[in-house]
Amino acid sequence: MPFENFDLTRDYLTHPREKTPVSTIPAVKGVDETQATQHARLPAGVIHEWLTTVDHKKIGIMYIVYALIFLVIGGIEATLMRIQLAVPNNHFVSPQVYNRLFTMHGTTMIFFVAMPIMFGFGNYMVPIMIGARDMAFPRLNAFSFWVSAFAGVLLYFSYLGGSGLYAAGSAPDVGWFAYAPLTAKVFSPGHSTDYWTLSILLSGVGSIGTALNIVTTTLCMRCPGMKLSRMPLLVWIYLVMGGLVFVTISPLTAAQIMLTLDRYLGAHFFDTQAGGSAVLWMHFFWIFGHPEVYVLILPAFAFMNEIVPVFSRKAIFGYPAMVAASVCIGFISLSVWAHHMFTVGLGAAGNTFFVFATMVISVPTGIKIFNWLATIWGGRVVFATPMLFAAGFLFQFLIAGLTGIILAVAPFDWQLHNTYFVVAHFHYVIVGGILFALFASFYYWYPKMTGRMMSEKLGKWHFVLFIIGFHLTFDFMHIPGLLGMPRQIYTYEADRGWGTWNLIASIGVIFQIAGVLCFVYNLVSSYYRGKVAGPDPWDAWTLEWSTSSPPPEYNFAVLPTVRSRRPLWDLKHPEDPDSDYEI
Amino acid sequence: MSSASILPLEPSGAQAPWTQPYRGTVGMACLIIAESAIFIIFIVAYIFYLGKSLTGPAPDQVLEVPIVGTICLLSSSITVHLAVLKLRQAKLRAFTFWLAGTVILGTIFLLSTAQEWYRLIYEKGLSLQTNLFGTTYYSLVGLHASHVIVGLIMLSLTLLLALFGRVNEHHLEKFDTLSLYWHFVDGVWVVVFTVVYIVGR
Amino acid sequence: MSFLRKRQSAGFSRGAIGRIIVHGVACAALAHSLPARADTPMTLFSPADPQAQSIYGISLFVLAITLGIFIVVAGLLTYVLIRYRQRPGDEKHEPAQIYGSNQIELSWTVIPILIVVTLFLTTTRVILGTEAISKPNGALEVTVIGHQFWWEYHYPKLGIVTANELHVPVSDDEHPTYLEMTSADVTHSFFVPRLGGRMDVIPNRVNEAWIDPPQPGLYLGQCGQYCGTQHAKMLLRVYVQSKTDFDAWVKAQQQPARRDFPGDPAAAEGERVFLHNACINCHTIAGTAANGRFGPDLTHLASRDTIASGAVSNTPENMRKWIDDPNSLKPGCLMPSMHLDAHDLDAITAYLTQLR
Ligand code: HEA
Ligand code: HEA
Ligand code: HEC
Ligand code: CUA
Ligand SMILES: [Cu+2]
Repeated sequence: MPFENFDLTRDYLTHPREKTPVSTIPAVKGVDETQATQHARLPAGVIHEWLTTVDHKKIGIMYIVYALIFLVIGGIEATLMRIQLAVPNNHFVSPQVYNRLFTMHGTTMIFFVAMPIMFGFGNYMVPIMIGARDMAFPRLNAFSFWVSAFAGVLLYFSYLGGSGLYAAGSAPDVGWFAYAPLTAKVFSPGHSTDYWTLSILLSGVGSIGTALNIVTTTLCMRCPGMKLSRMPLLVWIYLVMGGLVFVTISPLTAAQIMLTLDRYLGAHFFDTQAGGSAVLWMHFFWIFGHPEVYVLILPAFAFMNEIVPVFSRKAIFGYPAMVAASVCIGFISLSVWAHHMFTVGLGAAGNTFFVFATMVISVPTGIKIFNWLATIWGGRVVFATPMLFAAGFLFQFLIAGLTGIILAVAPFDWQLHNTYFVVAHFHYVIVGGILFALFASFYYWYPKMTGRMMSEKLGKWHFVLFIIGFHLTFDFMHIPGLLGMPRQIYTYEADRGWGTWNLIASIGVIFQIAGVLCFVYNLVSSYYRGKVAGPDPWDAWTLEWSTSSPPPEYNFAVLPTVRSRRPLWDLKHPEDPDSDYEI
Repeated sequence: MSSASILPLEPSGAQAPWTQPYRGTVGMACLIIAESAIFIIFIVAYIFYLGKSLTGPAPDQVLEVPIVGTICLLSSSITVHLAVLKLRQAKLRAFTFWLAGTVILGTIFLLSTAQEWYRLIYEKGLSLQTNLFGTTYYSLVGLHASHVIVGLIMLSLTLLLALFGRVNEHHLEKFDTLSLYWHFVDGVWVVVFTVVYIVGR
Repeated sequence: MSFLRKRQSAGFSRGAIGRIIVHGVACAALAHSLPARADTPMTLFSPADPQAQSIYGISLFVLAITLGIFIVVAGLLTYVLIRYRQRPGDEKHEPAQIYGSNQIELSWTVIPILIVVTLFLTTTRVILGTEAISKPNGALEVTVIGHQFWWEYHYPKLGIVTANELHVPVSDDEHPTYLEMTSADVTHSFFVPRLGGRMDVIPNRVNEAWIDPPQPGLYLGQCGQYCGTQHAKMLLRVYVQSKTDFDAWVKAQQQPARRDFPGDPAAAEGERVFLHNACINCHTIAGTAANGRFGPDLTHLASRDTIASGAVSNTPENMRKWIDDPNSLKPGCLMPSMHLDAHDLDAITAYLTQLR
């Protein structure tokens, strides 16, 4: 009976699928033997359990589900924008509505899709991978999640409450970087901008809380033998990411406090009439904004670091260099923010400095690309769905990084700033890079999280459709950028030669939607009908695969002790353990 | 090396002692980093807008150096440190004494800030809305004061528990974490004080 | 300052290597695959002023380098993914485990560093060749003021105030145009790609830029920084005119507005209606009582090709529609509908179309 079998609600220990004799690793039996029986619970109890849980795995899954819901919402907004832009002088939506769409799309995608989904995977993976039973502060963890969740709802409530309940339909329309003084009360009357500010302020609190948890967990909760130098790269990167969150989200929080003071108490931080500076907001925003994009891409790198080796059947090439590169990226990314401001008139010296800092980032990033390449080299690449998406990531991130370098050339940026070339650049990184890495990790870790494999067939459909859609949309978006098409415009003139390219870009979205639908369908149907995964379906090497799928509430019956970076490799190849080679 | 010895699930007791930092301390350190970043932004804004106000009053016309408050706040760092020491030695009486001292000193600081604000608002006519100086001054000093308030609430709660005899040396790590926060609040004041009352005047 | 440039040497693409790479790879690959300039008035691949030219040079250089990196790295990736794919029968053995190699890793640290240094130095050359130049004598000075959602231009030395359509003389090396930019409300950006990119127009701040176009013509652009509802229709038109044409334009603009309309009673009536309406609170018509500053100067409105910042062409029908309900032509613009009756609309239209 399907419900008997696949009810997430029960204690994992009593889960029938646990009884499948899948364990090939002797150690896993240890878990099986500790099983205790518990009586099944009623649905109300289930909901109560999820609402009140402090288990890092459940919170992780809630983050992920929450982000997926917002991905669909943000994607629908994107679709509406693409319909509007498909042809010149279109009247599908009004300028006001369009401006709200891209503001909400950008804000949603960054703060309520990308951030939470990264925290979701971090929440789930970090403790298991370091052999811990939970996060350092489980209650803080739940608190952070609920604060972030509330923030997303608050943002969308603006559609109802933006200018008071009577004037429904006014979401913020200031752009996701909300340049002052457009956000001042004079230029943005009503409350839509307040919803934007407050929801970001709140989501920032949640992010800082979760990052604090991740860092503390990593530093204080490792199982015996899990030295820093033995941690999986994923955990290392989450450590760096957590550190970055402290120093990037906080400035944003500070800036939002200032904006709130301006809007509510009549302060003058960004009031140009009172001598305030519009450029100060830009600095504050991008001091957050730039490292933020590395906060997002670093976990994507982290997923690659786990997936590429497993599907190439080789250890990661150059572990110490990978760690060093991540740390370098973290530090350098703090000093490049003004490459978003090459056109505000910083002067020759300022521009030159930021050109240099920006370009330097390509060195550690390049190290990563090349190390993945070397990991694959001489391996035995298994093209399961996770690896397909990983391969897509590698190519697309390469291109995206190179367009980043193009933008970093300040004079070139005087032409390209705020054009669709920039939009193409960052969607290439975010969709082609981050989203692909995420899809890869869904296919990779879904078996661990649910105990079921995702369908490979649907996975390949998803891959093909999405990659076609992605390239149609975002490859062709570079061209109107080079031809001078500004972003954040609700429509454009017919005589500028942008029409064809925009049409192609819009058509691509159809394929993306089809791809995402395959994916969502796969997620849901595999939960009920997927092949039983067993603890270690990919023959992988990190600790999460040593416990059952899904793991019991306390992850490990007996806390593991590790001797190397790939404990399960050592276990499977006792004749040739990793620990003999690691430096 | 036998295969059994690299079992990932080997009981941890078999290993040499495995110690890691206390999570409260690490968590507090993280919080301090994040908070510092917030303060830095407010301080940058303060410095950036120095002398850029279009109307008066200017800092040198209205600000007076809050010497008493500053001395109290800085010495509260010492008292809280002494309290930690006493707790470590399990001298609970002395601990309560120094803790109470800390709360009192912190409160005096807060009162002196309140009194200064009262003077500025009602006598000098400087409010958050007056000019850029008012905006940045109140927000920076206010941000710090709000941290003092949070610290004071926690310290007072501890004091209350201590008075009821509910605090003992087993709470050392937790109290140590709290004292870390209090030191941070003090440290920030040193910077704010320098920027606002010395450099900015 | 992005427009500032060295008068003679155009900063980039003088070096032999640069020329070879630029002309060899990038031109062929990119410039030719893109449509011709007439269809793409805002392309950066058709520079019309030395500043734009020098940006064009460095852009081809950078495109070529990044293309090169792409070919190498993507080629390697393709190679390893195909060469080392799992084949039937492979499943049994794990491949040899390799943990790293200091030499190899060093090499792919050093090579990118060298590329970065090269890119950085060439970029710096262009930046210094454009931003670190002081203002020459004899330049025509224009103050550009951004408004939600239109442009105001002052020619302080010539005593001209106009809106939306910028006129400048062809530059013969003695008459570049020096733009001082600021904003009356929020941040905008003056963005005319063929004249060398953009400069942000920021309230409470003055930015400077140069344009120096050698060829007469109409150069299109538009506001390049989101500034509110009608950011999309805050278009820019720069008319570069021969010296004589420009002087003639200046003469005409310096006149006050036309006051007498012999044989055209509708226009005379229109003037009266205009001056008795709220129009004068927002618009200036030199020589009349209208001296508002919130909207564009209308003194020589009829001499412009477009109205409402390029949103629609300047025909009597559009004018009438505009005055009747500006939001129907440019939804979200800051001019309210005055709810005039048909008679008043006709009259004002007749009047405004006479203001050459
Ligand atoms: C996760 C997201 C992400 C990532 C990883 C990046 C990565 C990079 N970005 Fe991007 N960027 C964004 C997201 C991201 N960006 C967003 C969202 C915006 C727009 C915000 C907005 O305005 O709304 C933006 C905008 C943006 C701008 C501003 C454009 C403008 O508004 O005018 C610039 C300019 O320098 C830039 C540069 C770069 C560079 C140099 C990198 C580098 O990190 C790339 C490094 C990688 C490589 C270079 C490839 C691999 C390296 C090698 C193979 C080695 C050999 C290569 C060389 C030696 C060159 N980005
Ligand atoms: C995580 C970040 C992220 C992601 C994933 C995306 C994904 C997409 N983005 Fe987004 N985008 C941003 C971040 C992101 N974007 C940011 C930060 C901005 C700047 C905002 C600003 O300027 O203020 C921006 C701006 C932006 C613009 C420019 C708007 C403008 O400047 O005028 C455009 C235009 O095409 C666009 C398009 C898309 C498209 C087509 C996708 C697609 O990949 C989306 C595909 C997903 C789906 C389509 C969801 C699937 C839906 C279903 C399964 C349900 C069925 C769907 C329907 C019935 C419609 N984005
Ligand atoms: C509240 C202020 C306001 C009032 C009153 C007003 N206008 Fe305007 N007007 C504007 C603004 C602002 C614009 C610029 C709109 C834009 O392009 O976004 C404008 C633009 C115009 C233009 C186009 C100018 C150009 O250079 O393209 C005309 C013509 C015009 N107004 C005529 C009138 C007439 C006639 C009246 C009275 C019946 C009037 N306006 C009343 C604010 C006003
Ligand atoms: Cu003005 Cu956009
Ligand atoms: Cu950036």
